[in-house]
Amino acid sequence: MTSLPQTRSSKKLGLVIDLDVCVGCHACVISCKEWNTGGYGNALSDQHAYGEDVSGTFLNRIHSFEVTPEGGQIIGQAGDARVVHFPKSCLHCEDAPCVTVCPTGASYKRSEDGIVLVDEDKCIGCGLCAWSCAYGAREMDLAAGVMKKCTLCVDRIYNETLKQEDRVPSCVRTCPVNARHFGDLGNPNSDVSIMVAERGGFDLMPEQDTRPTNKYLPPRPRSSLSDVAPIVPLAENTEGARGFFAWLDKTLDRI
Amino acid sequence: MHPAFSMIIFTTLSGLGYGLAVILGLGFLDPALISTKFAYLASLALIGTGLIASLFHLGNPQRAWRALSQWRSSWLSREGVMAIATFIPLMLSAGLAIFTSKHDVILGLISAFGSLLTVYCTSMIYGSLKTIDAWYTWLTPVCFLLLSLTGGLVLASVFSGKLVLQLLAVAFLLSGLVTKMMWRNRMLTQAPRSTPESATGLGFIGKVRLFERPHSLGNYLTREMGFRIARKHAAKLWMITLLSGIVLPIVALLGAMALGSGLAAQIVSLIALAGYALGVFVERWLFFAEAKHAVMNYY
Repeated sequence: MTSLPQTRSSKKLGLVIDLDVCVGCHACVISCKEWNTGGYGNALSDQHAYGEDVSGTFLNRIHSFEVTPEGGQIIGQAGDARVVHFPKSCLHCEDAPCVTVCPTGASYKRSEDGIVLVDEDKCIGCGLCAWSCAYGAREMDLAAGVMKKCTLCVDRIYNETLKQEDRVPSCVRTCPVNARHFGDLGNPNSDVSIMVAERGGFDLMPEQDTRPTNKYLPPRPRSSLSDVAPIVPLAENTEGARGFFAWLDKTLDRI
Repeated sequence: MHPAFSMIIFTTLSGLGYGLAVILGLGFLDPALISTKFAYLASLALIGTGLIASLFHLGNPQRAWRALSQWRSSWLSREGVMAIATFIPLMLSAGLAIFTSKHDVILGLISAFGSLLTVYCTSMIYGSLKTIDAWYTWLTPVCFLLLSLTGGLVLASVFSGKLVLQLLAVAFLLSGLVTKMMWRNRMLTQAPRSTPESATGLGFIGKVRLFERPHSLGNYLTREMGFRIARKHAAKLWMITLLSGIVLPIVALLGAMALGSGLAAQIVSLIALAGYALGVFVERWLFFAEAKHAVMNYY
């Protein structure tokens, strides 16, 4: 059924991505592809993997953006220009247009936890869901002719044969700097919800009216270099010296 | 958007076929005439070829029957259901005209209504996508319906040469021109719904520009949503659409009216049809190629 679920549990599983922390290492891209090419459904194929025109199906990609404040081309004049690494995967939207446009019922949103999935046996590969997604979260697998997308590692998060710490999406588990967090965004007391509230987490393209579940945390304001640098060079600071060293410091000052 | 050949063929041919089916359904052509029987066959052939062409667009066409199930929410599914449902009265009408030389008013009206509804469903597949600013307007279905009806009238003029059809064809050509110009003008002047700033949420810091792509070469998204080739020649292609699809058919139809009946008039009507078909084909190419997708704010 490709209509959005009428009755939903309050549970909304999703990711919170911290743009302040991401270093753009692409480890999550690789671990995502590795986990999801093997477990369920069709593999995530590559085309011309060793040729000139390499391309392939990925469920998670890292873009890097340069953000320049008005008049901020010169350091320190009007805020700092900065590079922000930007991980992007399915946002598991509450009003997911990719679900309602699907003609076959292959694309669906689970009522129990809000995860958006594709039943690959029903997918005809028309591509309309990818057209309807503003975030580029869906990619057609050219070898299988079906649509692939982030499953929030649904085969990990409920998998009781895995250790507790591994029952999170592969990208979250692998991130070396903890830029990705997984949890229930429908529960206001969950760690992820508290994080979003404290850091001012935001939606991507709210004007598309999709109400994404995943949230992004903004980069923190930069402290300028002159604020951080101590006025007296650290090597010359003798404050707090006691006993023999204090006497030595005073005596040498007097000479 | 990538202008898939199968989609352009599908919307152009089935649009012409359904347009002709509407004119036939409304009983403009005398079913006793042999030319009218050919018109019925032409309409079915155009619709059928278009629908088959649309299947080539699919990754798994053997499962296409599943697309009939989600008519409650999906315009693509509604289109599939309407196309098949409309085929029944279309076949019956064609059979009635070809074998018994009769036109049934009720059956004709059902065929005409079903044809219009199918074209409307096709147009709403595009018109309902909020991610593509150029398409997300009520003008999209109006353009599709008018261009389909215009094609039907031009086609019918070839098969019959009735003055009323030719006059209607000219009138619809002009109305199609006006709505299509409104559609294109809106596309060229509107402010985009989403920007790199809203797509990344980083607008509060400043202007956002892509620094590094996620991958060195293309991917499905950049190939499907990031098509740019035709944009380079968009202005020239738009002139071709206007000259071939509007000016030439109007001049040719006026010529056919002046010539009255006979072989010369029919040849001139055929020129009108050929020009119109080429015009709509180029128009459809531009419809896809010029449309910008919101996801390209990330690239």
